[in-house]
Amino acid sequence: MKVAVITFPGSNCDYDLYKAAQQVGGEASFVWHRERGLDGFDAVLLPGGFSYGDYLRPGAIARMSPIMEDVVAFADAGGPVLGICNGFQILCEAGLLPGALVRNDVLKFQSHDVFLKVERADTLFTSAYDEGQVVRIPIAHGDGNYEAERETLEMLEEEERIVFRYVDEHGHAVEEANPNGSWHNIAGIVNEAGNVLGMMPHPERAMEEILGSTDGEGVFRSMARSLSPAAT
Amino acid sequence: MTQYLIEVRVKPRPGLLDPQGKAIHHALNSLGWTGVEDVRVGKTIYIDIEAESADEARTSVEEMCRKLLANPVTEDYEVLVVETAEGAAS
Repeated sequence: MKVAVITFPGSNCDYDLYKAAQQVGGEASFVWHRERGLDGFDAVLLPGGFSYGDYLRPGAIARMSPIMEDVVAFADAGGPVLGICNGFQILCEAGLLPGALVRNDVLKFQSHDVFLKVERADTLFTSAYDEGQVVRIPIAHGDGNYEAERETLEMLEEEERIVFRYVDEHGHAVEEANPNGSWHNIAGIVNEAGNVLGMMPHPERAMEEILGSTDGEGVFRSMARSLSPAAT
Repeated sequence: MTQYLIEVRVKPRPGLLDPQGKAIHHALNSLGWTGVEDVRVGKTIYIDIEAESADEARTSVEEMCRKLLANPVTEDYEVLVVETAEGAAS
């Protein structure tokens, strides 16, 4: 699996993603946002951080970067694209995912572990998990409150496009488990075709026992398994 | 070509939770302004632009709003032509 980690000015999880991809046997390359072309890559990762200092809106300026035209074309052609945190915000701004991420309802930057329920284990990003599995992964964001038009939200539920939801440790999507006010505790969604995933939590920060959790590894293992069938 | 100053008002869409506005609302209430019923926080963007006419300037800025300045999912916008190089716009 050859993955491109797109780096914007202000990205700060790019090295974590690079290392996460390597840990599951992938070959990672940084692609600077002003570069063009994604030929030869099997997947594209959009890292977390504060691209362009979150000026205007998180992700709004980054989505105008030259490489984003290639990312959109890559996604439209069915290529797997994973956006984490600021990457999720960029995917929404670019129109690859519906909706938007607005200020946390609690107005406070949230930086702690959360429990997530894997609602879908049949996507190429989550096949290493069991459906309904509860995992512990950190979040670190000020604008993670998922908003969309009412019809869009209902469509996401109907089409089962909510892949991760904030839950308590028993797997219940209760209000207390929702760190930012997201509708129906949404933590991650996929596009209609299933090849673009955006999520606010950081699986790339839950890759090693010494860091407190290895629950995030499943995301990258799933991708590696789908994209390089020879490896396991 | 004339130079125009355009003011773009971007505001949270009605019905959308505006946590910043809510926090300011609480602060105003606790300062004694108990009559304040709602506060919403938006932003104002000032753009200097050269165009053939005020209408042309407005049309360009409206396109900027659709493409970049406002997010249609969460924000509404208003475009005002504030003044021209010759003085205040009519």
